[in-house]
Amino acid sequence: MLDAVRPALIIARREVRDQFRDWRIIFPIIGLTLVFPFIMNWTAQQMLGFTREYGATIVADRLVPFLLMVVGFFPISVSLVIALESFVGEKERGSIEPLLNTPLKDWQLYLGKLLSSTVPPLVSSYLGMIVYLAGLMIRRITIPEGGMLVQIVVLTTVQAVMMVAGAVAVSLQATSVRSANLLSSFIIIPTAFLIQWEALVMFWGNQNLLWWVIVAVVILTFLLVRVGVAHFQREELLGRDIDVLKLPWIWGVFRRNFTGHARSVGDWYRQVLLRSLPRLTLPVLLSAGLALAGIWAGINLVDRFIVPTSSSTPEKFRESLMQLFGADSINQWSLARMIFFQNIRALLIGMLLGVCSFGVLGVLPLFTTMGLAGALGRAMVIKGLSLGTILSSLLPHGVLEIPAVILATAAVLQLGAVLLTPTPGQTIGEAWVAALAEWSRVMVGIVIPLLILAALVEALLTPHIALFFLQ
Amino acid sequence: MRGFPDGESMIVAEELTKIFDDFLAVDRISLFVPSGKVMVLLGKNGAGKTTTVRMLTSILRPSSGSARVAGFDVVKQAEKVRASVGVLTEHHGLYGRMNTEEYLQFFGSLYGLSARESMQRAVPLLERFDLQVARKKRLSEFSKGMRQKLALVRALLHDPPVLLLDEPTSAMDPESARSVRDAIVQLRKQGRTVLLCTHNLAEAEELADLVAIIHGGRILIQETPEKVKEILLGAPEFEVKLARPLDAWPSGLPAGVTLRESDGDRARFYIESPAQTNPHFLRWMLEQHLEVISFQEVPRSLEQAFLELVKERESGEVYA
Ligand SMILES: Nc1ncnc2c1ncn2[C@@H]1O[C@H](COP(=O)(O)OP(=O)(O)OP(=O)(O)O)[C@@H](O)[C@H]1O
Ligand SMILES: [Mg+2]
Repeated sequence: MLDAVRPALIIARREVRDQFRDWRIIFPIIGLTLVFPFIMNWTAQQMLGFTREYGATIVADRLVPFLLMVVGFFPISVSLVIALESFVGEKERGSIEPLLNTPLKDWQLYLGKLLSSTVPPLVSSYLGMIVYLAGLMIRRITIPEGGMLVQIVVLTTVQAVMMVAGAVAVSLQATSVRSANLLSSFIIIPTAFLIQWEALVMFWGNQNLLWWVIVAVVILTFLLVRVGVAHFQREELLGRDIDVLKLPWIWGVFRRNFTGHARSVGDWYRQVLLRSLPRLTLPVLLSAGLALAGIWAGINLVDRFIVPTSSSTPEKFRESLMQLFGADSINQWSLARMIFFQNIRALLIGMLLGVCSFGVLGVLPLFTTMGLAGALGRAMVIKGLSLGTILSSLLPHGVLEIPAVILATAAVLQLGAVLLTPTPGQTIGEAWVAALAEWSRVMVGIVIPLLILAALVEALLTPHIALFFLQ
Repeated sequence: MRGFPDGESMIVAEELTKIFDDFLAVDRISLFVPSGKVMVLLGKNGAGKTTTVRMLTSILRPSSGSARVAGFDVVKQAEKVRASVGVLTEHHGLYGRMNTEEYLQFFGSLYGLSARESMQRAVPLLERFDLQVARKKRLSEFSKGMRQKLALVRALLHDPPVLLLDEPTSAMDPESARSVRDAIVQLRKQGRTVLLCTHNLAEAEELADLVAIIHGGRILIQETPEKVKEILLGAPEFEVKLARPLDAWPSGLPAGVTLRESDGDRARFYIESPAQTNPHFLRWMLEQHLEVISFQEVPRSLEQAFLELVKERESGEVYA
């Protein structure tokens, strides 16, 4: 284990030594470690005095840990600069190729650079926090209690890694520090939001919630590191900067993967679509599990919130259902169209969310749809409707809709997974366009037809069946 | 390390291909470099030399085809390949804030050498390339040629049996280039295998045991320099100088000898397989009572051959 990490340490040591020869890195770090905490100290004291005059001590109490977080955060923002210099600058200056020629493993190089970009800023950040706390003690201001200190230190540490991993992930294809800087705003802005949000949580004083925030940041960091390790590879490191969108090429890759050299539609279904489905087995199982979880969540939700507040009697509920299903007022064709577009829109939003979150948020449409179904079913049970009635109002279209949504979700998960796994012989761009083609294939070939059918059934057939059972 | 019997190929590439997105950079290249030989890879800018070298050092993964270097598969045993090759890359990218010793110790440690071992190996190399005075100098203060020499020292530091050198002398002054060429000759004497990319045809001619010419990602020819010239420029030419001018050459030249031109006391001949033909030809000239002063091969350069081939290629002629 130690032997495997040693090369990473060699890389890290060299880079740290290099950093300490650059005053442009040393000065800000020293300033943020030694000077800035004093300013924050002073600020804290002023605020405390000011708020005490008005008796709003609670605000000031919350301010003390918040300023601690700020003191910790400023130095780690330097890590972003160092990381871009280390990961992208070396590419730009061409000094990475001799490294790639050594027996170093890709992950060792990644780890070494991750360490060298996070450790010095973190050390500076810890020192800064110590200086700040010491200052508080000297001024006889109560320092935050242990649990909170631990939270802030953990959060600072994880966020440093998160920012570096994120910056590396977005600038994997960048070959100049300039373009990497442009891309890194994708990291800075969300991180700034995150910090604001954490500050809110802190002022709100909800410690448990802060732990959940930490868990979420840890998971995100882990995913970002995974992306980095998956793609910080020799093959991709010497690639070209993709600063021009090669639309014809993208279209070519997409079309090749979409049509898969099929000669006819039937051929396409048999040779291309059906053959690629086994690849989705794992995501499909995952989605199916999530669908069940969604139903369960929906049922739970009804049990906890709806029942006590609902005042309607079972008779009234039945009546409103009958009204709903028996409504002739709206044209049923336009209802079908509405349902269909509603579903498609949900899935498209799911896809976009999934793309931004390694697939994770892509499960939202599935989860909410199934949650709604579960909630509706549960509500019907509570109102004393028979099983037949319930199934008849959910299942006829559900049989088509649910598999379609599960499949679409699986394809989105796949799309996210592409970023997390290396694809030998393909650049990240190519692999991603191919996954997008696969998603489109599943959508066009299976999901959209199923959804059209489901919408028709829901608008034209379900009401009749449900009415039959209701009466 | 595995022992290699003489003549076994230390670098074997078979049908090696690299496609960047949609661009075919290297097209089904096959190369064989026997142990202890120097192969020079010639080709215009963008021909695919660097890409080939990168595939041979397991930095780029071949799109198809396979290669073995020092007995290891470049895809499946990438780390072993990297441990057994010394590479001089086209861009040396040194770390400007380090000095020579720190730099070499850093790379040595990546190959598992201690700082002392690294220096023990580095000192003679630094001396050979006239860098010993710059041992404590920061690399950002190095001139272009010095950087190249230091990069070469780095490539040799771990004592690799195979060397892949991408334009090793491109930025050097004549003296340094000379010392690099001498070093290459010596490395070959030590039994190392060298693949050398260069645009300097005189250098290629001097060093090459084998020449491969690459054009548009394809290998056009892979032979000894003599053979390359013979194939591309035809049978070698010999010039005879006589004591007195001659009105006309006697007829009945031996088989394999063709008169190309004659002018007074000089004449040039194409001679096929000179090793066999020349003794006959000499005897024949004596029998004809020709007073021969000198008989020598007309020097032809690899450059001529290379330009000939590239011209041929570009005018659309296909070389078999
Ligand atoms: N990472 C890459 N992405 C896309 N195309 C590339 C990449 N690397 C090289 N190429 C292209 O591949 C071709 C061969 O390049 P290569 O660097 O191997 O040429 P070369 O023979 O070394 O040229 P030179 O003599 O100029 O060094 C060139 O057309 C180049 O543009
Ligand atoms: Mg080159």
